[in-house]
Amino acid sequence: MAAVQALALGHLPGNPLFVGTFRDVKNVSFLRSQLLTGNPDYEYAFIDAEVILSTTHLLAACFRAINNLNANRLKTRNVHSEIVFALSPNNNIAESFRRFGLVDDTKHIVAIKVGMSTTPDITEESVRRHLMANVEGNAAALADATFAETGNVARIRKLYKIQDQSSAQPKSQKQPKLANGVTGPESKAGEDFNKVNDLESIILGLMALKGS
Amino acid sequence: MMPAQPSIQVSLPPPFNSHSVHDQSKTPTLLTQGAEALVFRTTFLTPSTPCALKYRPSKPYRHPILDKGLTRQRILAEARVLVRCRKEGVRVPAVLAADWEAGWLLLEWIPGWTIRRCLDAFLTPEDTESPSHRNDDNPRAAELKDLMRRIGLTVAHLHSIGVIHGDLTTNQQLPTSLAGTITLIDFGLAVQTTQDEDKAVDLYVLERAFAATHPAAEELFRGVLEAYGGAYNGGRQALKRLEDVRLRGRKRSMIG
Repeated sequence: MAAVQALALGHLPGNPLFVGTFRDVKNVSFLRSQLLTGNPDYEYAFIDAEVILSTTHLLAACFRAINNLNANRLKTRNVHSEIVFALSPNNNIAESFRRFGLVDDTKHIVAIKVGMSTTPDITEESVRRHLMANVEGNAAALADATFAETGNVARIRKLYKIQDQSSAQPKSQKQPKLANGVTGPESKAGEDFNKVNDLESIILGLMALKGS
Repeated sequence: MMPAQPSIQVSLPPPFNSHSVHDQSKTPTLLTQGAEALVFRTTFLTPSTPCALKYRPSKPYRHPILDKGLTRQRILAEARVLVRCRKEGVRVPAVLAADWEAGWLLLEWIPGWTIRRCLDAFLTPEDTESPSHRNDDNPRAAELKDLMRRIGLTVAHLHSIGVIHGDLTTNQQLPTSLAGTITLIDFGLAVQTTQDEDKAVDLYVLERAFAATHPAAEELFRGVLEAYGGAYNGGRQALKRLEDVRLRGRKRSMIG
């Protein structure tokens, strides 16, 4: 399995992403300490995969961070920390690192490196070599299937303060009737997909509105 | 409102303006232009995810500081209402990304026809000479009636969470399929209030839009109101208020 995946986001061809996904990482404390001491070799966006819902969720944060970078509007030290910050629904930088970045008991991680025109020596190969040598974990695919396994939906809901509609009490008895008038078996099919997709949509909206 | 310039080539805000041959995302294509905003079709993150880009260009005739403030306010107001609707389960386009400094909002792409197009398709007989035409009408009439019911329920759902669309026309609603869910679009004028007056005006605007779409559509609108009235607690009161609004028109305060 490819340990590092290179991709370019739409409209941002000048900033390729190199993304490594690792499960059951043993040396999180070490990686975190390198971040804290500011070792430039370890300048990645290190993210706790438990709080990532989907690939889109992750990449939307990258999109915002890179857009901020190119507009000279970074709120944090660099584009990598900005990615972690962009995931957070509020403006507290330290809190965003605590919640979306690495803590000592983090198990699964995503490491992202952003390529820039000023850093032509950063390539898929160099990032792969560095991550493979320094992250003690099992490489996983950057895919929704991975996050479906590593993600903790209950915790994600809590972080973004999104109530579970199905468990929340409907405000009035007429509520079910209001579900756009579509009832019966056809609305049941694909309901699960709609649920995750809807959670993702709300999260993207909250991330987009952050800082407003 | 727009400066009278025959400018067909519109400049896009960053990052949508930097398209090289290596970029797989499609160059945004202009779909429609309003007084305030331009709407483009483009992609988000991957080339296979279509989305709508709503761009509010800066107005050269406004003071730069005022211009920035207004653009920011309007983008954020629209985005906040959309996120709120999404949270409450009203079908609206999801907010994918926003940049109020650059003046754009990226929204989920909603496929489908506008209600206006649906009505046109329904109400314009393709073959008027066919004698069997009248008989074919019955299943379609039922379908049409159900469409009206679902419009009423959708608007009721929106109003029940305290959101007023502000520009509810037959062009601002898209059923993903004729039998499917209805998605409301264009919340550029939306406000959050719970007053019956505002709800009634919203309905009145929709009623006028129906009447303007097609002569037969006015009749159909009764189906919308029927569904609306029974759908939530404040529905009946809003309908009562609608009768007052009909008598005097959209504007209550006689200023302006």
